[in-house]
Amino acid sequence: MSQSVSAAQPAEPEALWKQFFSPSNRYLSPIFISIILLVGQLSYGILESYTRTLLAIVTAILAEVILSRICFGKWPNITSAYITGISVGILVRSPAFWPYALCALISIMSKYVLRVHDRHIWNPSNFGIVIMFVLASGTVAGLSIQWGNFVLPMVVIWTLGSAIIWRVRRFHICATYVASFLFFALLRSWITGDPWRSEISPITGPMYQLFIFFMITDPRTTVRSKTGQCLVAFAVAAVEMLFRLHQAVYAPFYALFLVGPTAMLLEMWMDARRTRVLVAHA
Amino acid sequence: MKASRTTRIILAIIFFGLLATPLVIKQVSARREEAQAKLDEAQALARYGFHLQEVSQQSGIHFTHQAPTLDAKLDGIMPEVASMGASVSIVDFDRDGWPDIYVTNSATGTQNHLYRNLHDGTFQDVAAQMGVADVNQSGTGVSMGAVWGDYDNDGYEDLFLIKWGKPELFHNDHGHGFTRVTDTAGLPPWINANTAVWLDYDCDGLLDLFVGGYYPENLDLWHLKTTRMMPESFEYAKNGGRKYLFHNLGNGRFEEVSEKVGINSTRWALAASAADLRGTGYPDLFVANDYGVSELFLNDGGHFHEAGAATGVGFAPKSGMNVAYGDILNQGKYAIYVSNISQDGVLIQGNNLWVPRDGESSLKYENLARDMGVELGGWSFGAQFGDLNNDGYLDLYLTNGYISLSRNRSYWYDFSRVAGGNSKIIADAADWPAFNGRSLSGYQQKKVWLNDGAGRFIDVAQAVGATDIYDGRSVALADLWNRGVLDVVVANQRGPLLLYKNTVSPGNQWIEFSLAGTKSNRSAIGAQVTLYWNGQHQVQEVSGGSGFAAENDRRLHFGLGKNPQIEKAVIRWPSGKVQTMENLAAGKLYNVTEAE
Repeated sequence: MSQSVSAAQPAEPEALWKQFFSPSNRYLSPIFISIILLVGQLSYGILESYTRTLLAIVTAILAEVILSRICFGKWPNITSAYITGISVGILVRSPAFWPYALCALISIMSKYVLRVHDRHIWNPSNFGIVIMFVLASGTVAGLSIQWGNFVLPMVVIWTLGSAIIWRVRRFHICATYVASFLFFALLRSWITGDPWRSEISPITGPMYQLFIFFMITDPRTTVRSKTGQCLVAFAVAAVEMLFRLHQAVYAPFYALFLVGPTAMLLEMWMDARRTRVLVAHA
Repeated sequence: MKASRTTRIILAIIFFGLLATPLVIKQVSARREEAQAKLDEAQALARYGFHLQEVSQQSGIHFTHQAPTLDAKLDGIMPEVASMGASVSIVDFDRDGWPDIYVTNSATGTQNHLYRNLHDGTFQDVAAQMGVADVNQSGTGVSMGAVWGDYDNDGYEDLFLIKWGKPELFHNDHGHGFTRVTDTAGLPPWINANTAVWLDYDCDGLLDLFVGGYYPENLDLWHLKTTRMMPESFEYAKNGGRKYLFHNLGNGRFEEVSEKVGINSTRWALAASAADLRGTGYPDLFVANDYGVSELFLNDGGHFHEAGAATGVGFAPKSGMNVAYGDILNQGKYAIYVSNISQDGVLIQGNNLWVPRDGESSLKYENLARDMGVELGGWSFGAQFGDLNNDGYLDLYLTNGYISLSRNRSYWYDFSRVAGGNSKIIADAADWPAFNGRSLSGYQQKKVWLNDGAGRFIDVAQAVGATDIYDGRSVALADLWNRGVLDVVVANQRGPLLLYKNTVSPGNQWIEFSLAGTKSNRSAIGAQVTLYWNGQHQVQEVSGGSGFAAENDRRLHFGLGKNPQIEKAVIRWPSGKVQTMENLAAGKLYNVTEAE
């Protein structure tokens, strides 16, 4: 996950609540995810432990500061690293400490090492978590059932999340993904013969909402145009279906891992081509 | 990017080094496991001080558990909903001084077995002859476990049969047979339970009985009206069976008093055990729940209050399947072992080893399972503490493995997607995809954790001969052949009953106590023996049921290590009397009757 708030835009005088919920408030996402963390922990005890989550957050922030100083020679805004750290702290489940530090470190470093045209192309926490799922499966699992199975937490996340995502003009991404997921769930049910409710089951769990609201909406690692964003969300759901047909437990993370960078590269290629055409015409 | 090319290359090298880190850690772990590969008996004895040999066939035990077949509406997920029932309990039912073995079967029409110890290394099934075999008849439910306690203090252990169905109480007629006394005892007509414990909760000298419901008691699992019978949540379910505490009235009748004494829960209980955790003289009750937090009912002199959250054991919800007590650090305090689920890459709950904290004004526990090396045991079920190599420290035997069907196809994906969904979906069996022959955490290697006495356990299962990969459920420990060593009996779901005969390297000494209450209950359940030797002490308590659907030998076994200097044994009876024994010798079984 990373910040879901897009870059600052010119603002007119607004009411306080509007300012708070405005796209220019870069602290909106960190506040939102912190509330989710606190509510989840106090009501359900979702965390493996406070110390492990803290380790992930501190590691992510330290890595961001150090790498930003080394690579860009400037002090970074640490909200993105905070979100990455907190995401790792929530989504990674391991009895050991080292996966939290390692996952946070890999996530942040991926932003500085895996760059194309000076842009990072993977959602940092998605990258780190997928790496841990694939390479450290003996020690690491993902958050799944730790937030209960009741509707209330989901309503809270959806209410808060929708309001915020709507304000930052990214609700269409969430809506497209959910609609696509439901369509593909029914298609899977038809293909596999499994009960349709078992196919839609994952999206009815509160933990899936974090993926919907934070990962696929990350402005830094998704394409710019609204149509493109909807297409990417649809593609994530489609690739996720393929993973699900092969019974991959962490299908959505894997799907985003593949689709996100592909979409980014495609957009860069199209931009470059457009620029070449413009230059040629000029 | 401002960084120089060299800097970027260095960063890339570090980055890819980090990516390789999990693989390196994996390699190191694999090498460590290889180092614990199978050893022959002589090597195991030399290295670890004991060796286990599976001898069920040579001992005349040819028992294979059969699982229940429930309502056809559950056919698709039958392996999961009918995944329990294999159990073992140790009892000297005929008081000949040799432990006997009772095992349950769980398919309708099958028979339970009571293996009488013939003193020559073999056993003979006398269940039918004694009247405790044909207990799984159609319409009465099927067996899930058994616990033994002398409820009428006549000197012979009586049998409570835990069932999904009609619970049964059998009176032991002086070792010559059993009489079914269920109807006169006043037990309810139907309980879907997996755990029960004999305890004298009010210390009146009469054994009472706790029964923990799993499925709700209004469900007849063979004639379901609805498929909405699954837990409403994987970790927060409260729609399970109710709990019962049957107070022994002393006239062969029991009164159900759970609510009156503060036990009120409809969580999905899978294991329970009682021990005096605070030194009050009254037994406390720990309940490990599936699909939720554990519950600790502290006994305030005949009335309980639930203190799971307050003591730290009842905050993080998991899939509790075992309760075993052990003074693992020889400090006179019990640690509590609760088993849960760990599956690589999917769900790592980790087992809990609850160790009491020092210096707290009230009872507080911390989970030291990871620090002490007993956290990861696969889909763990029954576990028991016992000194397997007689070195003076309690070791831990854990069996595991949930459903072993296909070796190549797993149900985990389907399990995880439904388990994480909304309660309406998880609670309805019709919404669960069919198993179709797939496994769920099957074919798992067992754990035999050897206590080094310094706060670490190491797994030596493969090295010492515990090499089976059946779907283990219930473990019981007993000195089956009166040799001064603890043997291991394991009941496996849809698998054979295994008898691991223990050989301990000569030199390590032992002492055993067989207690009989007079003012206290005759079974001496709840009596504590604290043994002082070589400047250390260890406490053990006679239990009326522990582990998962299991009961160990009533006799208490202490390993002493080499050249022990025994100072004394202090026995605290449930009546409150304290008896001190001195001039004890190693290598002996002491039969102790409570002083009048």
